[in-house]
Amino acid sequence: MKALVAVKRVVDFNVKIRVKPDGSGVDLAGAKMSMNPFDEIAIEEAVRLKEKGVLSEVIAVSCGVGACKDTLRAAMAIGADRGILVETDVELQPLAVAKLLKALVDREQPQLVILGKQAIDGDCNQTGQMLAALAGLPQATFASKVEIADGRATVTREVDGGLETLRLTLPAVITTDLRLNEPRYATLPNIMKAKSKPLDTVTPAQLGVDVAPRLRTIRIVEPAKRSAGIKVPDIATLIAKLKNEAKVI
Amino acid sequence: MTTRKVLVVAEHDHVSIRMATRNTVTAALACGDEVHVLVAGDNASEAAQAAARVHGVSKVLHADALSLAEGLAENLAAQVLALAPHYGYILFPATSSGKNVAPCVAALLDVAQISDVVRVVSSDTFERPIYAGNAIATVQSSDPVKVITVRPTAFDAASAEGGTACIEPLDAVADSGLSAFVERFVATNDRPELAGARIVVSGGRALGSSEKFLDVLTPLADKLGAALGASRAAVDAGYAPNDWQVGQTGKIVAPQLYIACGISGAIQHQAGMKDSRVIVAINKDPDAPIFEIADYGLEADLFDAVPQLVAAL
Repeated sequence: MKALVAVKRVVDFNVKIRVKPDGSGVDLAGAKMSMNPFDEIAIEEAVRLKEKGVLSEVIAVSCGVGACKDTLRAAMAIGADRGILVETDVELQPLAVAKLLKALVDREQPQLVILGKQAIDGDCNQTGQMLAALAGLPQATFASKVEIADGRATVTREVDGGLETLRLTLPAVITTDLRLNEPRYATLPNIMKAKSKPLDTVTPAQLGVDVAPRLRTIRIVEPAKRSAGIKVPDIATLIAKLKNEAKVI
Repeated sequence: MTTRKVLVVAEHDHVSIRMATRNTVTAALACGDEVHVLVAGDNASEAAQAAARVHGVSKVLHADALSLAEGLAENLAAQVLALAPHYGYILFPATSSGKNVAPCVAALLDVAQISDVVRVVSSDTFERPIYAGNAIATVQSSDPVKVITVRPTAFDAASAEGGTACIEPLDAVADSGLSAFVERFVATNDRPELAGARIVVSGGRALGSSEKFLDVLTPLADKLGAALGASRAAVDAGYAPNDWQVGQTGKIVAPQLYIACGISGAIQHQAGMKDSRVIVAINKDPDAPIFEIADYGLEADLFDAVPQLVAAL
């Protein structure tokens, strides 16, 4: 049983991003780039399923610029068997990525597709659901527990107010939430080994997908700054301020 | 032909509609001139009636079937899709349910989705936060149908009463058979719902254990009639349940008062609460980033300060 796992190259979650003063975008020049944290969880989950003997092969896919090869190597260092880069310089929006992944699902016929629930740059939370809809596959988003048995996936999801469990026919699409697992650190030998794993490159045109952006970004600005207030010396002052100044209690 | 009719996909529990639906109705009224609400559920007439009373709603479409009982994405998306040709906008609240289904609808219509909209600038232009709210993007859509998820905290809730919409029954779509509901664990308590609470008391890793988390923060939440929240660090450490997490990838809240106890205030946490009207931070680390956005900061050990606060209230 094969799994396809999508990984995105994003600005590292520790980087404090800077908005360009002219409103044209976010300045990422020289910023550290890493694998989207939710996608790391997705790779880890697939690798664990392989270690349990549920999966036979884990294929990592990334869509974007040539540097996404680093992200694929990182996925292979965690344990993915091979990588596919869909290479393009075009700004990819979720619908385009979902279409690219759909084309690869048609080609590779995985039983399981695992993606992060959202990327920490665009915060869209769309690609997995779009892929499921386009491919006509069942979906379980925001997964915190995944069990595969008898041709079905039983997935516990983090939902507003608690947890919910769904049973899906395979093949299926799963998106990961934070508590699904804790990704391992890639060891040096595994990082070395990842360098010789197969990595194919295809283009959107070869997959027959039009990736032109649908949404036009007019400008990107900093949010209204919230300025620091005051420090209060004690509880009595705090309560007085909340009652008389802020009038919230 | 472009139509300015708006479909809001209601989030409900079959007997009432959730507040996020009413926030979404307000966003819908900013997009177009005629707002319809879809209530897809099982034995959900009470929810449909509640939707019909919401101010500003002109029609409620009610689809009722067992296949719609649990809000399964495949079935709900198909139900929305069947209505899509009549609308220029399809809006969902950006809740776990709306986020689950909206992209399916957008993909099947071959249009982009605009996630987490915080402002409707014009009929085709919207503002949405990106990078954990550290930037606000203004985006323009030329798609014939705009599929949108609405950040509930960014729009006032439409009044629950005052509307007199008609209710139109719909044929429910057939079950896809692709997914099945197994079970749901939803914590029940008397507290207000975190996402819509007027006051939120939130705790961080400094609480040290799930017992202490509850022992220290529950009395304060009880006294204030507040919801309880937590930082990701506290949730990851097992001190608080998953659905209490406030932050970029958890709940986005904007209460009148947010009391952060022992929370350092990483940018990912701030993304979930910085639109609160008043922020109080209690932390013994004078350099904690939470103080940079707090209206009132108290530099103190929360284990001393919180019980004192409870006693003094």
